[in-house]
Amino acid sequence: MTEGLESTEVVSPVARLQGAATGDRIFRTLLTIAALAIPTLLGFLVYELWSGSRPAIAKFGTDFLTTSTWDPVADQFGALPLIFGTLLSSLIALVIAVPLSIGVAIFLTEFAPGPLRRPIGFIVELLAAIPSVVYGLWGIFFLIPLLRSSLFPFLRDTLGFLPLFQGTIYGNSMLAAGIILAIMIMPYIMSVTREVLASVPGSQREAALALGATRWEAAWTAVVPYARSGIVGAIILGLGRALGETMAVTMLIGNRHEIVASLFAPGYTMAAAIANEFTEASTDMHFAALAYVALVLFGVTVVVNALARLLIWKVSKGRASGGAGL
Amino acid sequence: MSRPALLVGLTLAVVACGGGENPPAGQPSSTPTPAAGSALTGAGATFPDPIYKRWFLEYNRKTGVQINYQSIGSGGGIKQFTEGTVDFGATDGPMKEDQLAAVQGNVLHIPTVMGAVVLTYNLAAAGPTQLKLDGPTIADIFLGKITKWNDRRLVAANPGVSLPNQDIIVVHRSDGSGTSYIFTDYLSKISPEWKTKVGNANSVNWPAGLGGKGNEGVTQQVKQSDGAIGYVELIYAISNQLSYAQVKNSTGAFIVPSLASVTAAAASATFAPDTDFRVSITDAPGADAYPISSFTWLLVKPDMADEAKGKSLKGFLDWMVTDEAQQMAAELHYAPLPAPVVALVKERINALKAAGKPIA
Repeated sequence: MTEGLESTEVVSPVARLQGAATGDRIFRTLLTIAALAIPTLLGFLVYELWSGSRPAIAKFGTDFLTTSTWDPVADQFGALPLIFGTLLSSLIALVIAVPLSIGVAIFLTEFAPGPLRRPIGFIVELLAAIPSVVYGLWGIFFLIPLLRSSLFPFLRDTLGFLPLFQGTIYGNSMLAAGIILAIMIMPYIMSVTREVLASVPGSQREAALALGATRWEAAWTAVVPYARSGIVGAIILGLGRALGETMAVTMLIGNRHEIVASLFAPGYTMAAAIANEFTEASTDMHFAALAYVALVLFGVTVVVNALARLLIWKVSKGRASGGAGL
Repeated sequence: MSRPALLVGLTLAVVACGGGENPPAGQPSSTPTPAAGSALTGAGATFPDPIYKRWFLEYNRKTGVQINYQSIGSGGGIKQFTEGTVDFGATDGPMKEDQLAAVQGNVLHIPTVMGAVVLTYNLAAAGPTQLKLDGPTIADIFLGKITKWNDRRLVAANPGVSLPNQDIIVVHRSDGSGTSYIFTDYLSKISPEWKTKVGNANSVNWPAGLGGKGNEGVTQQVKQSDGAIGYVELIYAISNQLSYAQVKNSTGAFIVPSLASVTAAAASATFAPDTDFRVSITDAPGADAYPISSFTWLLVKPDMADEAKGKSLKGFLDWMVTDEAQQMAAELHYAPLPAPVVALVKERINALKAAGKPIA
């Protein structure tokens, strides 16, 4: 101890403090730069989209959002089917993925025997690492033929009275795209939900069990409500991915600019249209229209995220946990 | 206020410097081969990309001239050529009048090879017989007006084939493509209704059917759905052994798409002596011409500012129209240019200039 003190004698305490202050300042500067880089990037992004889409905004205005003609030859563009397709395919994905992934997460944290937890969690997370083009190929060669020969005819025969499940079965369709999206966003929702559930204090479960609740009741009434805002956050993460997914969707959705009630019919999404047409857009207005689509997609993402944040805030109102990210 | 802005500026400057240091290390400077002339860059059509890559490689081996080609699509090729960011462009559809105006007509279309579009289908009931289709029928199928395989016009054109009472599933390209350009060019010539309702472009407002991404996307949907019909490039259909239809040409004969019948289409087209080569050879008049054929073009400047580059480019073009280079095209299933076209192209190449002077 005394030896150590002697060796530091050469540097005076004041100098040491000054050194630390300089270090702090550099550190703070670096962090500020890092933090400012993101808003700056976002600003450039929005500006670029806006300036690229100006001719289309000037020509079509808000009609762009409410009309359905997409005719590159006549330079007439309306993005309603794309907006519809983006929202509907993401909605289908959520309807399928949310119960499934929350179920898996509850199982893994509350019910699964110890040795099973890690492998299953690992496998689900592995799904998140697969590139989307691989999902697309798998969808083309495996999922589509399977859906066309089994699930789709089944839905048409049993639920065919609904307009949703009528019409010709092509395979490539809105429903197929929704299903592939569901598979793709599941790992995100599942792993975040699992983390959130795992962080619920054990006392919550114990209290419920002590009151005579079954394990199911304990999970459903004590654990899940406690983690509610975190789960909503997980769903938003999944939704964000579904809204922007491009490759797998364009390979399976059928790419048709049309709004049809049937989920068996082909549709189109904003991201898929940009990916398909951007490289070969031959007129300036076509370019501008695609940039406008990108701007709208950006806007839709912002609005959906804002609504979801609002939802979290409402859900967690009065709670100490969660929702602080607003 | 100003401090964060300054910081951002500094960061960007640092990033910019970092970026600026890399290229000289990774990529040789623009004049790597002193004796043979300058390196060239080009960008454009994806369809002829394989043969261009082969040619540029072979030419580099022979002469040391380096030509970098990026297959970013015809639209991008025209755009980059117009902006002057590349030495030459490449496109599957000729430049339109307003695009020509954007470069003050300062462009030469040089045809390189030919391609064709075939109608591929999947109809188990028809058996192994090759179906026969005529232009107006194809147009009406893609307009969504003929919806059944046993339509009387299909039956009439295919005697002896049992066509089922089955829905036709139409598949088209969803991405903008030269293949769609050639196909819609043909349909516009054949069907007045197509011309007014849909028109001719790299991507159009398809009145019917599903969109597949790329040749492979169309092929997948056709292969997997009984009753489907789509269109793909000839090369793609040949190398993937798809079943495709014979198409009736302007003389009334049903023609099997092949390299020979595509070359025949170009040979039967008439060219004015001062042609700018922006010539469509769909629905060509020859007796054995396959009607859905087209050139693909390189876009070059008739007078290049850089003398060394002009020399390199002319050297390559001279070599490209030799039998040796055109034979390579046939090996990769591109239809070679017919002799009369080669003669015309040679004339144009000889008239090329660099820095205002003829190229020696």
